[in-house]
Amino acid sequence: MGWLDRFTGGRKPPDPTDLWKKCPKCSEILLQKDLERNLFLCGKCDHHLRMPVWDRIALLTDDNSFLEIDQEMESVDPLGFVDSAPYPERLQKAIQATDSFEAVTCGEARLDGRPILLAVMNFEFMGGSMGSVVGEKVTRLLERGLDKRFPVICVSASGGARMQEGIFSLMQMAKTAAAIARLNAAAVPYISILTDPTTGGVSASFASLGDVNIAEPDALIGFAGPRVIEQTIRQKLPEGFQKAEFLLQHGMVDMVVHRRQLKATVGRLLQLWA
Amino acid sequence: MTREFDFERPIVELEKRLHDLQTLSEDGQIDLSREIKAIADKIALMKAEIFKSLEPWQYAQVARHIDRPFTLDYVKILCGDSFVELHGDRYFGDDPAMVAGFGRIGPHAVAIIGHQKGHDTDENLFRNFGMPHPEGYRKAMRIMRLAERFKKPVVVFIDTPGAFPGIGAEERGQSEAIARNLADMSRLAVPILCFVIGEGGSGGALAVGIGDRVFMLEYSIYSVISAEGCAAILWKDASRAKDAARALRLRASDLLEFGIIDQILPEPLGGAHRDPAATAATIKAVILEHLAALLPLSPEELLARRYAKFRAMGRYKVQDDAETPAKN
Ligand SMILES: [Zn+2]
Repeated sequence: MGWLDRFTGGRKPPDPTDLWKKCPKCSEILLQKDLERNLFLCGKCDHHLRMPVWDRIALLTDDNSFLEIDQEMESVDPLGFVDSAPYPERLQKAIQATDSFEAVTCGEARLDGRPILLAVMNFEFMGGSMGSVVGEKVTRLLERGLDKRFPVICVSASGGARMQEGIFSLMQMAKTAAAIARLNAAAVPYISILTDPTTGGVSASFASLGDVNIAEPDALIGFAGPRVIEQTIRQKLPEGFQKAEFLLQHGMVDMVVHRRQLKATVGRLLQLWA
Repeated sequence: MTREFDFERPIVELEKRLHDLQTLSEDGQIDLSREIKAIADKIALMKAEIFKSLEPWQYAQVARHIDRPFTLDYVKILCGDSFVELHGDRYFGDDPAMVAGFGRIGPHAVAIIGHQKGHDTDENLFRNFGMPHPEGYRKAMRIMRLAERFKKPVVVFIDTPGAFPGIGAEERGQSEAIARNLADMSRLAVPILCFVIGEGGSGGALAVGIGDRVFMLEYSIYSVISAEGCAAILWKDASRAKDAARALRLRASDLLEFGIIDQILPEPLGGAHRDPAATAATIKAVILEHLAALLPLSPEELLARRYAKFRAMGRYKVQDDAETPAKN
């Protein structure tokens, strides 16, 4: 079976939750078609819901300018990992559910006419976890940026490293960070956009290393997950802890930017640095 | 007397008898040397047998043993009085869970960085069980930059359950501190040798783990998440840590097979804590051997090789291609 057959075959049957979503902030029932029209912002409270990969790409790039690369790269099972289900089974489920081979989509595009390289992570694919493929695709994108001297933009959404690939996942942190260090030395811009949620190994590698780190409002961003922290220190966490605004206040992100202003903000920076 | 492991219990009785016989023999009344030798041989044989067939989970127990030599124990043996410990990240504070300084190992003046655990409860509270805050990672990086300026190689001892998950750590940017070290170590223009001496706990370990060579002691472990953490998430049951330890492939032999580390350093029978001096001697020999190989390299060559080393880590396939093996 070719990759395209597998890509389009076995689509899941329509699911009623495909038609509407509940706003996690104000509990308003939001129709999927309204969400799609409204950049996945809650019509009532303006909460930034998670945005599907292709909507995010459309948001940040000029019309029809995005050309996907490394699309056919797929994960393997280097550890022979089995918990309640074997890892290859979990992968197949994620591929079916997301119509994508992995938790990141990379490509070349234009932003305000300027060539850029863009990576967008997909939290729906195994929690956006970083295994070998995510690390390799992001690293290749960064290296392409170095080669062509195109700015690189990474939109992260991830629970962290992918446990099922063990130590290989951990080493993707080293790989991506080293590639960014090379971009830095060559003065090629790298902008990190942190969306809800960005934690663990992704937060502790390429997502925190932007020349500019931009967060979406109310996004959960941190090294350790709030539950792990609560269990460790055995106390309640303060209101707003690890939210985008908290990170801004503590100097960890440069700005918190509304989704409607995201492309314009990045565009302005790239123009100033050109 | 060191505290023994559960799986060592069969030999504890024998060790007591050996001790009694030795005491008797010291009285000089009767010659017990043959009996003593017989028991000592039997103990050695049983130990070898037990340690040969340890489960991954038991490796984790050895790696975390409270009597296991920690960074400053090795520093004392390797550097003697030459070690000068330095403190503070210059931004927030000093983190006792991470030690850093300069010392002499053989003919070389080197920077030494290491996680630091405690051998008892008080010391562990002071050292935060070897779990650094951001200031620990920033202190480590500050000392590594000093090493680069003075053209001194860096020796790193890795031994942590992980970076500390707490409110202050998040406020001060635990993620950024770790990420920054990964990026900056990848371009530090002096040789870096890393030794996993106990627990290589995830990003908190890797944050000082970008070396030209990475070595693991025989009973140390290195993992993306602790076995307990993994069990709690994937099995929804922390008591399945034994299964998680097996699944994670966290032993030195696993990592060597995967091409993640360069070499396994053998430990004395029963673990490093049974003979810290012998373990330190093994480490010293490896330091001297590999510095001799790395010091002649130009900074460009050194950094190109370091980049390539980590660049090659990962396994994946491109449709209809075979799986790409790790290169090193
Ligand atoms: Zn709402």
